[in-house]
Amino acid sequence: MGLFILRRLWVMILTALALTYIVFFLTNLYPNLEKLAKSQGNFRMTDAQVETYLGNRGYLQSTPLKYAQWLGVAPGWVITGTDGETRARCAAPGAAAETATTFCGILQGNWGFSTVFKDGVGSIVATRLALTGKLMFWVMVLMVPSALLLGVLAGMREGTRTDRALSTVAITTTATPEYVSGVILIAVFSSSAVGLKWFKGTATSAMENATFENFFLPVLTIALYGMGYIARMTRASMAEVMTAQYIRTARLKGVSFPNIVMKHALRNALIAPFTVIMLQFPWLLNGVVIVETLFNYKGFGWTLVQAAGNNDIELLLGVSVVSVFVVLVTQLISDIGYVYLNPRISVS
Amino acid sequence: MKQVGCTPYARETQEMKDIYDGPILEIDVLSISFFTRLREIPAVMDFSVKVMPGEAVGLVGESGCGKSTVALGVMQDLGKNGRITGGTIKFKGRDLGQMSVEELRKIRGSEIAMIYQEPMASLNPAMKIGKQLMEVPMIHQGASEKEAYDRALQVVTDVKLPDPKRILDAYPHQLSGGQQQRIVIAMALMSEPALLILDEPTTALDVTVEASIVDLVKDLGRKYGTSMLFISHNLGLVLETCDRLCVMYSGEAVERGSIADVFDEMQHPYTQALFRSIPLPGADKNSRPLVAIPGNFPLPHERPPGCNFGPRCDYFEAGRCDQGTIRMRPVKGNDRHETRCLRFEEIDWNAPLAAAITKDKGMIGDVVLKMEDLKKYYEVSANALFGKSGETKVVKANETLSFEARESETLAIVGESGCGKSTFAKVLMGLETATAGQILLDNRNIESTPIERRDTKTIADVQMVFQNPFDTLNPSMTVGRQIIRALEIFGIGKTEADRRERMLQLLDLVKLPRAFADRMPRQLSGGQKQRVGIARAFAGDARIVVADEPVSALDVSVQAAVTDLLMEIQREKKTTLLFISHDLSIVRYLSDRVMVMYLGHVVELGTTDQVFSPPYHPYTEALLSAVPIADTRVKKKHIVLEGDIPSAMNPPPGCPFQTRCRWKSQVPGKLCETEVPPVRRMADGHQIKCHLSDAKFAEMEPVIEIAAE
Ligand SMILES: Nc1ncnc2c1ncn2[C@@H]1O[C@H](COP(=O)(O)OP(=O)(O)OP(=O)(O)O)[C@@H](O)[C@H]1O
Ligand code: SF4
Ligand code: SF4
Ligand SMILES: [Mg+2]
Repeated sequence: MGLFILRRLWVMILTALALTYIVFFLTNLYPNLEKLAKSQGNFRMTDAQVETYLGNRGYLQSTPLKYAQWLGVAPGWVITGTDGETRARCAAPGAAAETATTFCGILQGNWGFSTVFKDGVGSIVATRLALTGKLMFWVMVLMVPSALLLGVLAGMREGTRTDRALSTVAITTTATPEYVSGVILIAVFSSSAVGLKWFKGTATSAMENATFENFFLPVLTIALYGMGYIARMTRASMAEVMTAQYIRTARLKGVSFPNIVMKHALRNALIAPFTVIMLQFPWLLNGVVIVETLFNYKGFGWTLVQAAGNNDIELLLGVSVVSVFVVLVTQLISDIGYVYLNPRISVS
Repeated sequence: MKQVGCTPYARETQEMKDIYDGPILEIDVLSISFFTRLREIPAVMDFSVKVMPGEAVGLVGESGCGKSTVALGVMQDLGKNGRITGGTIKFKGRDLGQMSVEELRKIRGSEIAMIYQEPMASLNPAMKIGKQLMEVPMIHQGASEKEAYDRALQVVTDVKLPDPKRILDAYPHQLSGGQQQRIVIAMALMSEPALLILDEPTTALDVTVEASIVDLVKDLGRKYGTSMLFISHNLGLVLETCDRLCVMYSGEAVERGSIADVFDEMQHPYTQALFRSIPLPGADKNSRPLVAIPGNFPLPHERPPGCNFGPRCDYFEAGRCDQGTIRMRPVKGNDRHETRCLRFEEIDWNAPLAAAITKDKGMIGDVVLKMEDLKKYYEVSANALFGKSGETKVVKANETLSFEARESETLAIVGESGCGKSTFAKVLMGLETATAGQILLDNRNIESTPIERRDTKTIADVQMVFQNPFDTLNPSMTVGRQIIRALEIFGIGKTEADRRERMLQLLDLVKLPRAFADRMPRQLSGGQKQRVGIARAFAGDARIVVADEPVSALDVSVQAAVTDLLMEIQREKKTTLLFISHDLSIVRYLSDRVMVMYLGHVVELGTTDQVFSPPYHPYTEALLSAVPIADTRVKKKHIVLEGDIPSAMNPPPGCPFQTRCRWKSQVPGKLCETEVPPVRRMADGHQIKCHLSDAKFAEMEPVIEIAAE
């Protein structure tokens, strides 16, 4: 098992490198840099000025080299610019270039500096991630058990009225995107339009102090979307398992129906949805972007929107790296869980 | 709670088990229908059978005749759309149909147990074997975990599995097919049921494994006094296991009686036709060919009026057989022997087979195909999931294969799963290339030419008929079109019209009506599909046809027709037929020479007579003994092989057969375990790969003897 995880980790690191390189490459395309130069310097720069500005700040080096510096495996640039000033990648803002260390990439913990928030990317990502983590935690707490319950109940007796009713619910929830369900939920439960002012329409206050009142709607909005999908998967998987020969064997052995479901069907039926739950993660991150913006909850998704909207290259990169890792870690957990649930896959 | 609820019941059933001495199972005029959106499908009609204590009753019939439906009816588990529409099923005098869900649950698994066809599918893949077994006494006898474990251990020992403790701790996928089936049997026997229903319990298994399972079931039945309902399509198997027999046709019982009565004094035309269509010893493709049952099995909703068998019956009498309902009638003089035929008293049952047209044997011609020391090794990575790294293992699928095949000759290749039959076929077809050795087709080497690089002539010359006619035809193309496609590939016919004409001729050749050209594959029965497969194979006038178990997926009554067709085309076209099969009866019937394979080695090669009579290779001997023969006159030597076929990944050292060989002790020293035996010439054209001395070979007795009448 240890070896398996090691091997997986290795694959993960390679994937992360490849993916971040792509993001790096895209954010470092010349038009983006030009925009950056103009927004940082001044908007009326000529093309030549843009070029010197960028050249002086190391932006015109080759992408692989810049990437290596960003990672922290190549020494950071020290450039004596055309204006005579010596700048260094690793120099702290305001400090002299001579005092800078040689390496300063993410490996050294230097994630760069956000131009929007005027703060280190590392600390921004950390605080925002924690906030989103809180949101996701409650989403999972709400979504997974209810989705599995829904799916198992529906799939247990395929074709019955319960099944049809539950399936309709599940389809409706997945078919409704977050920006629709979010708006509807706000309209129904927190605006004066309907008058049910049960919850708050904004979750800003939930960042410090989450209560049922200010946090339930965003959690529900994300959970609803994922729930329907997982419930459908569970239902299909459960329904299939219930028609398997070995369920008939169990029935003809005299096992009672509740025991058939609990002891014989459940574990087999959960193998497929388990992977799906984990694969849902990246998709939920989508929802996070929408919901955080909608409810003005300043988490990771909201930060991403800000970074992208303001051409904040370093922050965007940091956010991407973290997203890639979140996705890959969930994949790893999914693989390990799959192996654990499914005895037919043995790991030596 | 469970404890309290179960114990009195357990005592009650215990008493019931003791005092009851009437029939264990009594099915009376049972009718079962399935209700689909389109119509009602009457799957079983007017079906009666009685099983007495300790008795084994066989239920025989072709696919779709309703055997499994009867079994599931007894279990009261017909699914959502199935319903009993008439009659009763009594178990120990109590009507199962009247029982509540709870009462049924208590009987299932404890008093009636069922075993069905696919062992792998009947075990829960995510639950340890031990737990699955222990569940039974824990539910029914309220046993504690410890008691249940002890019982499981004992039963697993009873079904002769090695290392029971380890097996209890294993998951189903870690066992072989034969072992899984033993576990399923063990599970059924956990609470010593009064009735055991076996639905084709060995169909998925190899012959030698099948023989040992059948042996086990018989032994255990005797030991525990269990009554059995044994469902099978194989008459030979029923002969070996059962006391009584019930033949079903299209949802009805057509004949019922003791094994001896039904086998030797059959009183129904269908039973007779069935026996005439299976290759018994003595049948011969030229002098006494099989007689296929004409026509097809009627679908449940398309049954004819009057006798269901009428349209296919040789004794059909218009005006009588096609009217009203026909009831079961007792046959006088025999014990509980009944038949559903109006004319059974008028038919002369001993009349010899209407002089079958004897055919001339095709002259065997020149050598067409020659294999020399052909080897095919596969490299597989030891760890399938995380390939790439790690060492690779070599699977020796074919080990030094040498033989030749002549024009108009049928060479049978016999062996069980994993012996390398199909690999050999693939190499010959060019789907794989050989590792070493050579294949000479008309003295041209083709062993390392993959199919893409073969010229059309070679491709057309070497063709194949596959085992499963269901997935070799393109479902969305008409039959005619598929044959024309084959003609195009072989470059036959100049114009479309030419090819169409040729296609119609091919349909004639395989005896399909020309109108079938416009049909879709799904509109054909299994036998008809296989005919299309044959037509396609012969489209380019193939000279060598590899038939990989061409009839094993078909029903008994259709098998005969398809085999005969192959033989006839062979006679006409002088084709060399390589007939791959595990069914020795059919091999004996149609082949000129036989090659027996075991774990990639050719262990015996000779003419059919040489292989089927002593001296045998020890494996051939066991194989012959394992094949059930549906003839009461046949006396077989009883040889049961221990254990399973070793995996080809991990073959034993020395002789491949040494792990299961009963002659091994007759070879001095450790020769069998250390050295691969040499190929020995026994007689002209007869070779055996074994260390046994000539004296030992001379001692061997025939396995199959036909008692003189
Ligand atoms: N669930 C079902 N719905 C509709 N028709 C069914 C159903 N199950 C069986 N049938 C039909 O009932 C008839 C009897 O089927 P059954 O499975 O009992 O045959 P069988 O004798 O066991 O065949 P085999 O040898 O292939 O196992 C067939 O015509 C089949 O198509
Ligand atoms: S009743 Fe008539 S058709 Fe039916 S089996 Fe007897 S003779 Fe044949
Ligand atoms: S060589 Fe030995 S083990 Fe192999 S078949 Fe002959 S006697 Fe048996
Ligand atoms: Mg069946």
